[in-house]
Amino acid sequence: MPVLLEVRDLRTQFDTSAGTVRAVDGISYCVDEGETVGIVGESGCGKSVGALSILRLIPNPPGRIASGSIRFAGNDLLVLGNEEMRKVRGRQIAMVFQEPMTSLNPVLTIGLQLCETMELHLKLTPAQAQARAVELLGMVGISDPARRLQQYPHHLSGGMRQRVMIALALSCEPKLIIADEPTTALDVTIQAQILELMKDLTKRFGVALVIITHNLGVVARYADRVNVMYAGRIVESGTASDIYHRPVHPYTLGLLRSVPRMDRPRGERLIPIEGQPPDLTREITGCAYRPRCDYAVARCSSLAPQLESVEAGHATACFENSRLQQLLKEAS
Amino acid sequence: MSAAAGATLREVSSRPQEMERPLVEVRNLKMHFAVSSGPLFGGAAAKVKAVDDVSFTIARGETLGLVGESGCGKTTTGRCILRLEQPTSGEILFEGRDLGTLDRKALNEKRERMQVIFQDPYSSLNPRMKVGSIIGEPMKVHGIHPKQKEREQRVAELLSVCGLNPKFMDRYPHEMSGGQRQRVGIARALSLNPRFIVCDEAVSALDVSIQAQVINLLENLRDKFHLSYLFIAHDLSVVRHLCHRVAVMYLGRMVEIAESDELFVNPLHPYTQALLEAVPIPDPHVERQRAHRVMQGEVPSPINPPSGCVFHPRCPLAVESCRREVPPLRELKPGHWVACPRVGAT
Repeated sequence: MPVLLEVRDLRTQFDTSAGTVRAVDGISYCVDEGETVGIVGESGCGKSVGALSILRLIPNPPGRIASGSIRFAGNDLLVLGNEEMRKVRGRQIAMVFQEPMTSLNPVLTIGLQLCETMELHLKLTPAQAQARAVELLGMVGISDPARRLQQYPHHLSGGMRQRVMIALALSCEPKLIIADEPTTALDVTIQAQILELMKDLTKRFGVALVIITHNLGVVARYADRVNVMYAGRIVESGTASDIYHRPVHPYTLGLLRSVPRMDRPRGERLIPIEGQPPDLTREITGCAYRPRCDYAVARCSSLAPQLESVEAGHATACFENSRLQQLLKEAS
Repeated sequence: MSAAAGATLREVSSRPQEMERPLVEVRNLKMHFAVSSGPLFGGAAAKVKAVDDVSFTIARGETLGLVGESGCGKTTTGRCILRLEQPTSGEILFEGRDLGTLDRKALNEKRERMQVIFQDPYSSLNPRMKVGSIIGEPMKVHGIHPKQKEREQRVAELLSVCGLNPKFMDRYPHEMSGGQRQRVGIARALSLNPRFIVCDEAVSALDVSIQAQVINLLENLRDKFHLSYLFIAHDLSVVRHLCHRVAVMYLGRMVEIAESDELFVNPLHPYTQALLEAVPIPDPHVERQRAHRVMQGEVPSPINPPSGCVFHPRCPLAVESCRREVPPLRELKPGHWVACPRVGAT
C-alpha cells in the first residue's frame, strides 16, 4: 500500500511559565492508505499533541511546531497556507475527539453541523447535504435519522453523539481519520459498538485510521501497526503482533506487565513500572525512560537512543534491546 | 468463554472463614431519588430507582467487586452503605448493627471503621490543605491522637505505608502527580484504622503503569490490615484481579453474583456475558480468535425503566414473560446467583 501520511522528526513545544515543554520531541512514522495505526502511551506522552500537530490545531501561543515535516498525499502540511490547510481539515483528514459531549456544538442542531461541512467542502446544495446527512446517520446506526437531524446534541446519549462524530468525520470521504481516545468516555458495551462501527466503516471506504489510546486491549483488537510513545518520543514501533509478543523496549514490556488480563490465571501479582514519567519542562539527557528502567546501563544516561530497526518493520529506541530479547527468550 | 482461563495460582491470602458473621450485610436496599419530569416546573414528580432491591454481604477480609455501566447504581450503593445517602428502604448492617437505627454519636463511631477512597485524585483532596492536614483531619475529627506531635508521627507512618516519602506532609496536592495523590487518598482512608473501605473507581483515573502500583498497594494493605473492600469499578480486568467475589448490576438491580473465578469463567446472565465479551484483551492473537459479538442498544433511562426484567429490551434470550415479571435471584450453583429465569445450571 502506498504511503499516505509521513511524519518526519516532528517537534511540538509549549512555552509555559515553568519553561519550554517538549511535548513531542522528534517523532517519525508513516501511515499507509487504508491502514489502522494505533498510538499508545500514558497521559502526557505527547500522543494527542502529535495528532493535533498533523492538523495544525496546536494553539499558538503557547504552542508551536518547532521543526519537522508532515507529508500528506504529496503536500507538506506544515508549509501550506491557512486557506489551503482549511481544505485539508475535515475534507481529507477528519478527526474524532474523545469527548462527544464537548466536541459537538451544543447550540446547533445535528443536521446543521453535518450539512455545514458538506456544503463547504463538497459544494453540495442544502437539499443534497440534507439527503446525505440522513444517509450518513443511518450508516452509523442511528435510528430515525431524519428526525435526529432536527435534534440538538443534548438530546442524544454519549454513544449516539460519538456516532454522530463518526458520521461527521466520514461525511466528506476523507483519506485519513484521526481518532483521539474515541471511546474512553464510554461504557464498555458502547465502546465495543463504536469500535466495531469504526472498523467496519473504515474498511468499507478504505479510510486510513490513526487511533490514539491508552487502552492496550483496544489497540490489540483493532490496530495493524502500533507506535508506543513515552515522554514525547516513539520508543517502539511495529506490527501489533511484534509489540505484544516480541516487545523490544523495556517500557513496552513494562506496560504489558502492568495490566491485569482476563485471559490469564487470577492471583498473579502485577508488575508495575516503578516511579513516574519525567517532567518534560526539563531538558532530558540520555534516555527519558532510564530512571524507571530495569535494563539501563551507563551510556543510557548520557546518550539518547534513536529508533532503530531490529527486524523488518519493527524498531526500538533502546541500546540494550538485544540483551532484553535474550533475557525474554531465556525466560520463556 | 474461551478468553478466561480458570485455575487460581495463588490462594488469595486472608480468605475469610465461612462461618463468621459478615462484616457488611445489605438487605433489600432501595434508593429512589425524586426528579421533576416534564417541561420546566410543575412536571409530575418522577422517581429514579437508582438502587432497587439489592442485597449482598461482605465477609471480613473479603473484597467484593461491584461492576456495571454508568448509572447502574453501583456508586449509590456504596454511598448508602457509608450513610452518605439516606436509603429509601432496606437495611444495612455493619458489624451486626443496623446503621439506620443508630443515633448520631453511635453512627460516628461506626464511621471510624468504614472509609472511602474516591475516583478523582484531583477533586477529592482539598487544594488549600497540606497533605499532612488532609491525612490528619479525620483523626482530629474523631479525637484520635489529639496531640499534634503524635498525629504527625502517625501521618508520617501512613505516608510511608502508602509508599510516599513522609516529607510529602508539607506539600500541597497540586505539587503531586495523580498516582501520588491517590496514595494520599488511601493514607487518609487508613488513618482511622478502618475495617472496611469503599473503593469507588479508586484506580480508574490512573495511567496503566501507575494503576498497577496502586492496585498492588491496595492488595498489600488488604493483607496487612485484614481489610474488607467494596471495590466499585467498571474495568472488569482490574475487578477480576482484585476481588474474591463479584456482583454485576444493571439499571439499579443486581443481575448476578458469584465467586470471581466462577463468574469470569462461567458467566450465566446474558448481560454479564455481553459485558465480558466487550472487554478487549491486550493480545492480538487472542483477539483475532474471539467472536466479536456486540450487544446492541443502550442502557434505557432509569426514569422510565423497562417493565419486568430491566434487561429484556437488549436481551437475546428474552421471551414474553420477561416483559412482565421481575426475575428474582436464584442460586444455580453454590454461591452463584443469577436473576434470569432463562438460564439453567451448566
